[in-house]
Amino acid sequence: MSASPAFSLRGLRFGYGAEGPEVLRDLSLDIPAGTTTAVLGPNGCGKTTLLHLLLGWLAPREGEVLIDGRPQAEIPRRERGRLMALVPQAEYVPFDFSVLEYVLMGRTPYVGVLEMPSEEDRAVAFESLESLGLAHLWRRPVPELSGGERQMVTLARALAQRTPILLLDEPTAHLDLGNKGRLLDALAGLAGRGTTVVLTTHDPETASLAARHLVLMQDGRVLDSGPLEEVLVADRLSLTYGVPVRVVEIEGRRVVLLGRGWPG
Amino acid sequence: MLWPLGLALLLVFVLSLFIGRYPGPGFTPPQLLWEDELARRLVFSLRLPRLLAATLLGMTLAGAGTVLQTVFRNPLVEPGFLGVSQGAAFGAALAILTLEGGAPPLATEAIASVFALLGLALSYALARRLHFGGWVLRLVLAGIAVSALFSSGVGVLKYLADPLTQLPEITFWLLGGLSSLTWSGLLYLLPFVIPGLTLMLLMRWRLNLLALHDETAFSLGSSPGRERALVLVGAVAATAAVTAVSGIVGWVGLVVPHLARRAYGADGRVAVPASLLIGGIFALLCDDLARTLLAGEIPLGILTSFLGALGFALLMTRARLRVTA
Repeated sequence: MSASPAFSLRGLRFGYGAEGPEVLRDLSLDIPAGTTTAVLGPNGCGKTTLLHLLLGWLAPREGEVLIDGRPQAEIPRRERGRLMALVPQAEYVPFDFSVLEYVLMGRTPYVGVLEMPSEEDRAVAFESLESLGLAHLWRRPVPELSGGERQMVTLARALAQRTPILLLDEPTAHLDLGNKGRLLDALAGLAGRGTTVVLTTHDPETASLAARHLVLMQDGRVLDSGPLEEVLVADRLSLTYGVPVRVVEIEGRRVVLLGRGWPG
Repeated sequence: MLWPLGLALLLVFVLSLFIGRYPGPGFTPPQLLWEDELARRLVFSLRLPRLLAATLLGMTLAGAGTVLQTVFRNPLVEPGFLGVSQGAAFGAALAILTLEGGAPPLATEAIASVFALLGLALSYALARRLHFGGWVLRLVLAGIAVSALFSSGVGVLKYLADPLTQLPEITFWLLGGLSSLTWSGLLYLLPFVIPGLTLMLLMRWRLNLLALHDETAFSLGSSPGRERALVLVGAVAATAAVTAVSGIVGWVGLVVPHLARRAYGADGRVAVPASLLIGGIFALLCDDLARTLLAGEIPLGILTSFLGALGFALLMTRARLRVTA
């Protein structure tokens, strides 16, 4: 883990609209650079909101988000696009863009508002597809892809941004086992090359497979955060989800089981 | 590969110069240009500016249709469905009625633009507040409601208009047509239409991005709200200006972008120029029919609506259209 955190959140309060109830309350948190952090918690606990605050899409009512020690709000928009990429949850694409055209949109932070992407941008987009083993899809219309393919193609678009930070919102929520494996492999490769990966998930297994660092959230608060081994433990998870769980170690990996003991 | 479309537009344009009802119904032989002073003046003083205006009109409406469909992530909208055309019509009718002694063209177009933008803003605001159906449907419903409001406003203006002078002018103008267009009328269009078309073309790749969700566009380092507003104002002001000159010319903005996307793909880098070229061709052909089919002129808006609605019905029933309401 590198010395300075990628994100520092200090006393964050947030609610939607001017009057809306608070979704995040007095949240303080460090997210380490160069490794994978999972934000784990039940549905509706504020994970996506937290991700959007990291991105700067939402602004906190109180407190601040620092990226590498710089206040989030001071980063110009173009630079922001070169610093962080987002893989949103299940994006609806209304028109028949081809996969390559879609991934090429990842080059937006490098292309002026009135300019066209260059041949080099096209090459970067194609490389991103290749690096995920998706090059064969390049001409297919995005709306015709399967859910798993689409998630991977969205990741390829984020990779085309060439950013040191990658944010993913529930990346495995709608994936079958094979696609989940491929996506987590790709993320492990990225983190191995020094990318800061932050992903949200409601699934402890995804967190355990993907992350080195864990943030446990419940009801707009951070319950605990730290290295996976310290945080992914039975009593904390039971508290987070409100049901009894056990954490066992199988082949050196932590697996979360529902229930207190064996049946009977 | 857009050059065949460009060539087709050029061909249709040149041919259209010689289509009309002089000396007889159908065709003006080119050699008459050397022999007949009247033919020469007809072609260069009447047909040429009119055809240029028809081309710009088709391009503007088709381009604005593409912009609206992309920016609102809704393949079922066009200027006539979002209160833009009716707003412009109301503004122009208001100008005809209130500005004594003939409204100056630039003032008419400016007032039309203001009401067209107002129409769009109202449609959008209403769609955000409707509690029925998905986004695609709500935007169409809101647009219908706002268009109806402006149409009734035009009705009131017609009732108030002088039945001998202003009423016929408003009525014929509303039906849509370019019959009274001259070189000076064309010139007054340019300050609105040229910046609008230029902006659409320059932002044609950026439009792709604006079809994505706001937070995604934001994460890609753009300001989706500001960029949408910029391209919308350009498209709507250009639409309002051509509407102020030609009256309401419907359906071009709906059917042409669909044709362009079907033929050239969704990427704005080709879809936008293709849409402009097809729009120009479509408007020229409709105007040719308007000038030649009957001894009197058929209003252009009637023809575009007839052919556009027919074409749209064919497109919708023949090929799958992905609309998630």
